[in-house]
Parts: sequence; structure tokens; C-alpha cells
Amino acid sequence: MKALENMINKFKPNFEEGGKLHKYWPVFDSLDTFLFTPGHVTKKGAHIRDAIDLKRTMMMVIIALIPCLLFGMWNVGHQHFLATGESADLMAKFFFGFIRVLPLLVISYGVGLGVEFIFCIVKGHAIQEGFLVSGMLIPLIVPIDVPLWMVAVATAFAVVIGKEVFGGTGMNILNVALTARAFLFFAYPTKMSGDDVWINVPRGAEGAPAGVIDGFSGATALGDAASKVPLESFEAKYSLMDAFFGMIPGSIGETSVLAILIGAALLLFTGIASWRIMLSGLLGALAMGMIFNAVAPADNTLMQLSPLYHLCLGGFAFGLVFMATDPVTAAQTNTGKWIYGFLIGILSIMIRVFNPAYPEGVFLAILFMNVMAPLIDHYVIQANIKKRAARVKVAKA
Amino acid sequence: MSGVIKIKKGLNINLVGESEKIYSQIGSPNYVSIKPSDFTYLTPKMQVKVGDEVLAGDLVFVDKDKPSTGVASPVSGEITEIIRGEKRKILEVKILADKEIRYKDFGSATPSKMSREEILTRLSESGALAFFVERPFGGTVNADVAPRDIFVTGFDSNPLAADFDFALHGKEELVKTALEALAKLTEGTVYVGVSSKAGHGAIFEKSRGLEHVEFNSFQGQHPVGNVGVQIHATKPINKGETVWTMSAYDLAIVGGVFTEGKFDASRNVAVAGPGVKAPKYIKTIIGAPINDIVSGNVHDDKEYRLVSGSPLTGTQVTKEGNLGYFDSQVVALEEGHSPKFVATEGWLSLGFKRFSASRAYPTWLLGRNKQYNIDTNVNGEHRSFVVSGQYEKVFPFNIYPVHLLKAIMANDIEAQEALGIYEVLPEDFALCDFVCTSKIDAQVILADGLKSLRAELG
Repeated sequence: MKALENMINKFKPNFEEGGKLHKYWPVFDSLDTFLFTPGHVTKKGAHIRDAIDLKRTMMMVIIALIPCLLFGMWNVGHQHFLATGESADLMAKFFFGFIRVLPLLVISYGVGLGVEFIFCIVKGHAIQEGFLVSGMLIPLIVPIDVPLWMVAVATAFAVVIGKEVFGGTGMNILNVALTARAFLFFAYPTKMSGDDVWINVPRGAEGAPAGVIDGFSGATALGDAASKVPLESFEAKYSLMDAFFGMIPGSIGETSVLAILIGAALLLFTGIASWRIMLSGLLGALAMGMIFNAVAPADNTLMQLSPLYHLCLGGFAFGLVFMATDPVTAAQTNTGKWIYGFLIGILSIMIRVFNPAYPEGVFLAILFMNVMAPLIDHYVIQANIKKRAARVKVAKA
Repeated sequence: MSGVIKIKKGLNINLVGESEKIYSQIGSPNYVSIKPSDFTYLTPKMQVKVGDEVLAGDLVFVDKDKPSTGVASPVSGEITEIIRGEKRKILEVKILADKEIRYKDFGSATPSKMSREEILTRLSESGALAFFVERPFGGTVNADVAPRDIFVTGFDSNPLAADFDFALHGKEELVKTALEALAKLTEGTVYVGVSSKAGHGAIFEKSRGLEHVEFNSFQGQHPVGNVGVQIHATKPINKGETVWTMSAYDLAIVGGVFTEGKFDASRNVAVAGPGVKAPKYIKTIIGAPINDIVSGNVHDDKEYRLVSGSPLTGTQVTKEGNLGYFDSQVVALEEGHSPKFVATEGWLSLGFKRFSASRAYPTWLLGRNKQYNIDTNVNGEHRSFVVSGQYEKVFPFNIYPVHLLKAIMANDIEAQEALGIYEVLPEDFALCDFVCTSKIDAQVILADGLKSLRAELG
């Protein structure tokens, strides 16, 4: 390690004040601090500091996402071979998915970090770690057949408009990955919805699926439910267990609730994500699901779906665990987090059921609550302020 | 009030090198040094000049804005140097000490038989008033404004803190006398916070049952010993109110100016920390040279940082520096100059040796009593606020700490007031400094905020 350290120190002067490459200091600095926690000592304030830093925090989230990523890769292959009717073993399925998901990952990180580097060089700021997680999230929340250039455009849009214009990591109002998702959805709706994008299948002329088994539909479970497949046949097609384990079509990382729960366990165990948001979101979704059950008309499959299905289908679990808990865009106060999470649960299911165009509401619900989070905090803090003001009055009386 | 007040939030940081309950006497120092910067906001008005002879208890300087508060010389001797910095700001006053300390005689007095004015005069002329801190803002006290109440914290919960019961052993009478004096200074009550731990609070054994003095027992992790936390849990400060606070550590000195009629600034200081060979208590005096206190007792294998005061709030000193006016501990911490490689010691390591309040490191699985050698490395780089809810876990106030800091950064005075800035001092944010993922210097922000708010209010 000493050799590596010496090498870095050898190049350092070029990037320091007055060096030829000083402009690129943020890039060098990010590499340097990635490898070595710098030997900076405390100058002001407390003399000793906690071992935690933003890199460690972000890393924990990335590790928590790995089960979803791996399962997602396998499921891409699994769905493909189901559609074509070929048989394949575990490794073959995984490898099939791996070579299709990898480009998405590369594009997302490449474009996102590229944009981030450019902004930091222009502004002369150090590069903050926020995108490490966003870059991983973006490939996991898109359909497998989305064109790479779209992902690139969406990522660039999300980083620039979603984050950098507000001042970078920590300053953004909207979750960056969801901004990319929303951009894709509204800019290229045909590539983000419908029955044609969720499963990677061989394509014939005009992009129509070719070489697939008879009766292949390519729709997601929610798509089927929205098109009013009767509840019995829906439940026959997608068992709750399938939905829980994730062997159904959907965005790459969102299908397996089991993999998500492993990630959630790590996030809760390490205390990185807010359990308040997760729990209240869960309660909100259950409550909304039960309300819909109670008032469901006979032909509305989505409303008839048991709340448990709602938790397991679509992007709800993934969104709640990995996106709603984004500390920057969520409510900041503990009371606020309860309200924020609960409303995400309610709205996710509500949008999912009532949105005529697209049977999924989680990303819209979270984005909407991202915008509302400061308002929630405002009222929570006002309550604290009023309490203090009341105390002054009592003291004066 | 009976019963125990439980403070649920906080964090005990166990550092290696806690002081053993033994003490050494070191000879009286050759010189002492007093720094006006130990007293927040104080602008010194010198009462002596170079070459003057002083007795222990003679005022060296007074607060220009609050002339009743003056700072007394801990020793007798000759003023040898007044060190000035930029714009002739007085940084330090050096006093060459006599071999045998001669005390200014104020005459023995009994506070219970004195009036408030007489007590104030005695405290003021002997320099003992300098040990009081005024809240809000944490400056020296204004004797013209009677405090609503007086709060005394009876213990220190900082890492490696001195045990007051041990440090003040044998001075129980002086403590009692001091509390009697304090009780006369306020129309309200003198609240004394004691630790609920078994066997703690022995220094108050003679003081129990004093009139207008109320003892409250506190249980919890640091900052439970901070007087600000104790005030917040008993009777919070409202806008427009003033309270005085002090540490029980200084009560013996205050008691001494009545019982003995002299300003006896001797202290029993805890010398502790990972860099100390034999952590123990040293009997010395306010302003004594650090070199005398730690002489030969600091390892020389690595570079160590000496801190007068707590690792969380203290002042960095060199061996040529001096013990701060309020400080009860001197700590030697390892300097964390060397970069840490990502996989072995850095942010991707397992981190069994890295203390963290967050559960992203395994500290919390290793038990509460494990001791850590935490060096002075920042352990990361400065970032924007990202993680939420982190300060709240170690900040036992019904205040939103991050929002308060942001109100300060935005210079929004109304918001600062509304969010409760009058109830806190930088020391209350020390743990926020410590736990911050984004490595934000919360104490510095608050100190700046209080300073500009105070200037704004005039």
C-alpha cells in the first residue's frame, strides 16, 4: 500500500495549486480519497471524530442493492427463456441477464459520473459521493429493453436538472434516480410502458417479438391486473409466492421482494435507512389496499387485489426501501418521516389503481412526496416553535 | 425534586487511558499564564502592567463590558509579559510565580449572614465571579442583572473527564459554603445536577438540605453532564431570561474566597488519553504550564496532540502552553496524520478498531465498555448535510439541531430565536461534531451564530 501511496503522492503536485493539471483537482482528489482516507486532522471543533463518512454510508446502500442486482440479472434470463420456451440452467440464465444488464450499469455510471466530474471541475468543488448510489439505482428501475441511449439521456438529465442545478449532492429536491425514471417515462412512454419492454426476447420485423411460445404476452403483473384480468385467473397466473420471490416480469431490480428484504435488513441493521419511513410506508400501503378491497367494484381487479399483492407487485417494495428513504429528499424530522412514509404508501397504491395510463404509481408517489417533504417538515418544526413560544408566554404570565 | 431525570439521547465515547484515581503533587509552577480567550466575548481591560507585583487574588484584567467580572491571578509574583496579537489584542498574560504563593486576604466571611450585594462584591473583587457563565450566549456574567436561577452541574460526562468527587475530595465544606453564597444571588433556585450513578455526588454530602438549593439526579450518556442539558430538562431558558451556570469543579474556589478569605486556584486535573503513560490526577493550579503537568508522562513513539479540556470541546495546546482557566482535564490524543488505505483501515474495512456511533461500523456489536484509541483524523471529508436524524440521536434537546444550524448559516435571526438558539452553547453541539457523517463543524457554526446574534442584539 505504501507503493500506491507514494505513487499518488508523486502525481499530487501536478494537481495542486499552481500545478499544470490543477483544473482537474476534483478528479484526482476523488481518486485519492477513494483509495486513502486523507490524513486530515481536526482543526476546529471536536478533536476526535466518528469513523463514519459519506463513502461508508453510500457503500452500505450499494451493498444492500447487490442482491437485487444479482437477482435482477438472473430474472432477465429467466423471463427470456420462459418466453422462448427454451430450457436453461441457473448460470445460463444469470449470464444471459448479466451481459444485458451490464451495459446499463456502465452507461448509468459513465454518464452520471461524467456529468458530475464536469460540474465539479467547472465549480472547483470536491466530488461528493451521492451518485454512487443513484448510478446503481437507475439500471435497476428501468425495463430491460430500454435503449441505452435513452438511459444515457435520462441519466444526464437527472444529474443536471435533478441535482446539479440545485447545488449538487445534499441539495437536490427530487430523488435523482427517480428523476431519471420519470424523464424516461414522460419522454419515451412507449419504451417505458406497455407490454413490449419488460422481457428481453428475440425480435422479428418491426420489433415484434419472434420465436416466443404461444400465448406469450410480455405484460407485467400490474399490467394484467389493470387490464381487468379476473381476480381468479390473475391469482392463478401470478402466485403470491412468485411475486414475492420475483420470478415475474418487471423493471430489472424491482421484482424480487426477497432480495429487496435482504437489502432492507442490511439498511435497517446498519441504521442507514430510516425505519420510520419504511414502516409507515408499509402501513400506508396496507391501509390503502384494505380500503380499496372494501369498496372494490366487481370488475376492478387492481382494487380487489389483496394488500399483500400490492406490497409484492411492481416497484413498491423497491421504491420504499431504496428511494423513499433517500435522506436528502425525504422529510428530515422524525415526526415528518412518519407522515412522509405513510403518505407514500397511500399514494403509491392509489396512483397505481387510478392511473389509467400506466399501472404503477410508486415513483410518482415518491417524487410527489419529495416535493412535499419540506412542507411536512415546516409544519413539524412550526409545532416545535409554537411550543417554545407558548413556554415564553407562560413564563411571562 | 426526587426521582431520577433520564436523558435518553447521547453517546459515551470510551477512550483508552482513563485517569486512575491517584494523584501526584507537582511543585508550584515557575510561571502561570492567563488567556482572555478562555472567557467567551471578554475584552480585557488590564488592571496591571508589566513589572507589577501581584498577590494570588489580585485582578489581572476585568471585562471591559461587564467591569464587575474580573479575572484574578492564581499565583503571587510579577507580571512579566503581556503578549499581544493582531490589532494589539491581548492574547496572554504571563506571571512569574513566587516559590511560596502569597494570597490577598479578603477576610473570612459567612455567606449565610451576608446580603446579596456583599456576596457579589466579594465574588467580584476576588475574581471568583469569572467562574460563572451567563446563558444565553455563554459569556461572563453581568452582576447588574439578577439571574432567574443558577444551575450547577455536579459532574462531567465528557470522554476521560475528571471525577469531581475524587478531584474535590476533602473540599465538601467549601462546596457547601459556595452553594450558600449562590443561593443568595438569585431570587430563584440553585439547581444542582448530580449523577445518578451509585456513589456519585459525595462532594455534596454536606450541602444536602440547603435552602433554595435543589438537587436533581441525572441518568444517561454524555452530554448528560452538560449544564445546558440539565437546564433544558428542568427549567428551559426562554427568550429574555438570564441564568447563571457553573461547574461544581469551581465551587471549591468560590467557597474558598468566603471561608478562607483567599483565592486558592489549585486544581486536581485529570491527565488522560491514549498518549499518556500513567493516566492519573495532578494537583496543580489554574494557568500552570502544560509541560509541568504532563512532564515525562506522554509517550514519545508517535505524535500526540495535547488538549487542555475535553477531547470534544477543549483547546489544543503545546507543551509550552498552559492549563485553561476552566479546564479540569488534559488529554493526549494520537495525531491522525497518516492516510488510511480504503480496504485495511479506511471506509471499506471491517472496522473493528474504528469507533462509530453509527451502526455502519461494528462498534455497537462489541459492547459499550470497549475502549478505543480514536486519533484526531477527520475520518472523511467535508460534505453537505446528507444524512438526517443523526444529530438528534446525540442531542437531548427538544430543538431541531440541523435546522438551527441552517438558520445560522442563512443568518436568519428570527428563525434562530424561534428554533431555540438561546438554550444551547457550542459545547452542547460537541457530539454533533463528532457523529457528523458530513464532517460539519457544528460547534464552530453555533459559536459564530451566537456571536453575531449577540452583536446584533447589542
